[in-house]
Amino acid sequence: MQSEIQRNKLKAILFFLSPSILGLLLFSLIPMVFSFLLSLTKWDGLTRWNLKAGIPNIVGFGNFKEILTDAEFWKVLGHTSYYIVLYIPLILIFSLLVANLLNMDFKGIVAYRVLFYIPVLTSWVAGALVWKWVLNPLYGPLNEMLRFIGIEGPGWLQDAKWAMPGIVLASIWKDMGFFGLIFLGALRGINIEYIDAARIDGANWWQRLMKITLPLISPAIFFVIVISIINSFQLFPQIMIMTEGGNAGPHGATQVMVERIYKYAFKYFKMGYAVAYSWLLFVIIFAFTMLQVKLQKRWVHYDE
Amino acid sequence: MKRIVNLAVTAMVMFIFVSTVTAGGKQEASGGGVEKVVTVDYMNFSGSGDRAKVLEQMKEIFENQNSGIRIKIKTVDFGSYFTLLQTRVAAGSAPDSYELNYENFIAYAKKNVLMDLDPLFKKSGFDTSSLNKNALKAFRTDGKQYGLPESYSTVLLFYNKDLFNRAGASYPTDNWTWSDEQRAAEKIRALGKNIFGISHPIQFWEFYKVVQQNGGSLLSKDGTKFTVDTPQNVETLKFMVDRVLKSNVMPSAKQNAGGDWNMFKSGRLGMIVTGVWAFHDFTRDCKFKWDIAVEPGNLKKATHFFANGIVINKDSTVAGAAFKWIKFMSASKEAAQIRVNADWEVPATTYPEIMADYNSKTPPANRKAVFDSLNYLVTPPVVEQAGEMTDILNLQLQAARDGDKSPAQALADAQKQLEEKIKLK
Repeated sequence: MQSEIQRNKLKAILFFLSPSILGLLLFSLIPMVFSFLLSLTKWDGLTRWNLKAGIPNIVGFGNFKEILTDAEFWKVLGHTSYYIVLYIPLILIFSLLVANLLNMDFKGIVAYRVLFYIPVLTSWVAGALVWKWVLNPLYGPLNEMLRFIGIEGPGWLQDAKWAMPGIVLASIWKDMGFFGLIFLGALRGINIEYIDAARIDGANWWQRLMKITLPLISPAIFFVIVISIINSFQLFPQIMIMTEGGNAGPHGATQVMVERIYKYAFKYFKMGYAVAYSWLLFVIIFAFTMLQVKLQKRWVHYDE
Repeated sequence: MKRIVNLAVTAMVMFIFVSTVTAGGKQEASGGGVEKVVTVDYMNFSGSGDRAKVLEQMKEIFENQNSGIRIKIKTVDFGSYFTLLQTRVAAGSAPDSYELNYENFIAYAKKNVLMDLDPLFKKSGFDTSSLNKNALKAFRTDGKQYGLPESYSTVLLFYNKDLFNRAGASYPTDNWTWSDEQRAAEKIRALGKNIFGISHPIQFWEFYKVVQQNGGSLLSKDGTKFTVDTPQNVETLKFMVDRVLKSNVMPSAKQNAGGDWNMFKSGRLGMIVTGVWAFHDFTRDCKFKWDIAVEPGNLKKATHFFANGIVINKDSTVAGAAFKWIKFMSASKEAAQIRVNADWEVPATTYPEIMADYNSKTPPANRKAVFDSLNYLVTPPVVEQAGEMTDILNLQLQAARDGDKSPAQALADAQKQLEEKIKLK
């Protein structure tokens, strides 16, 4: 009797879950299995094949070996690291700043919050085109401002040394509204009594920030770091739109993993290689995220 | 409970069944079978934007001439065209006929997904004499004709007459060489800090041609070895790069951040090497007199063009009708005339009256240079991994252009990478 009820319950659960399970199977799990199979082949992305006729040109882990022994992969990884090193501190500082600004209470603050969120809603195509203009060394407002204070700005997207910082600037503008909002939520969650108590005890602004505010919003900081590192590894649209004809220039200075995957798959007709590349990307992101989850115990404080 | 599950499963199966059946019903006869109407899919990129109307016009005329054939046009913008096309070809749902530019044509032909048109030529007694020979040849590989040329665009030397007059330089002629061009560029550069002599992009699609102007090449004659880093080619690249870094008659990447077309249109650029697709914009936007000339050579003349062709999917079930369509688009007088009227690239045909019509349009006054430059035509190296080769070379050429590598170093690095990564026959 008991088991009959149990079984019926299971059936009901399965029934209600079936739309999403079906979606998961069709659009995630089956493609994942297939993509892993493809990563073991030299498929060109054009020739037709099916499982019945057999998988063409199996090379085992040859693609992975080829990628890892190619200097290009490490160069590209270096570009991504450069991006992360610049992006993470800046996005933390700017989105905390945004959160603090938006945490004030005055009439019309809601309108300000919306303003800061607009870049998040803007498509990358539009945003990147605007930034291409902002960063234009001759007519762009950024170099115009620098000129005003007596500095001749670099050719942001035309100079191999400055192209990645240029991309970082655009990304900060785009993302700080989103992360700012997350920090705003965390800041609002802080019990004002802690701050007041510290103030009475004579803690100054800096001490209150370091000892109370930051530890209390550390779960939000953790979340932001995890998400933005994942996003950094997946850097793509801004590169394709902002660099010289999407060629990740100047001379390859902004080549990153997803850009390479796209080119190998759809421009160089090396689908197997591209798929192996994306599996490596997955492994890297997974490893980084796990590492952070491990490390969080040392610095993230959860309210008990 | 069980019933609900059964019902849901049945509904789903029905849904999948219905969607498959409707998707597969494309070639069915319409109506009661009085006359069988065949539908031919045609996917293209060149008809996006303003040109959609023009393409529609061509389609209408074709359908009037061929009552049994309906053309289903799908136009996709260039940016996403090749991603979508590749996916459809791989999935076995390629359109019956589709557009390919020359840069992608070789890769598709070598992957064995295109229909060999020679049997269709024979069957229909197609006379190719109305087509430009060079353009036709461009879509032939491994001894088989895999596509018909639709239109092409030659690359020429455009120049600003007003700047030439101000600088006291004589206009380019067909006999010009690099040094004539350089002298004029220097005179124009001297006119002002923000006025430049020439823009000649330092990238693969120019470089493969410019090396030939200097008697060099990127591939050995038999196509088995790369010859990128020869002293001749180093000299060629040095000539191009020196114009940026030494004499600065050509703007650097930073000086050119607004784009060389804009620089030309604003009257700050004496000469620019670009294609006939600039006619439309330059006519509309230039407030000064400009004209064109065949590009100067050094040891010899060499010019190049970009061509678009139409191919038929190898597995198309309506190949006969599709061939009629691509023949119409490629070689018919009607399509050529519409093309010329709309100033939509150059039709690949040789009809004298239509070409006379094309030549009578101004500016530029010297329109015959468009065709004269075909006499010196060179084609890019035929390599299956064309896309990858292009990117490898571009990376190194840009490094040289920006002064981050010497021309010799850049070409040596390119040679090494090409040997490692590109398979030749």
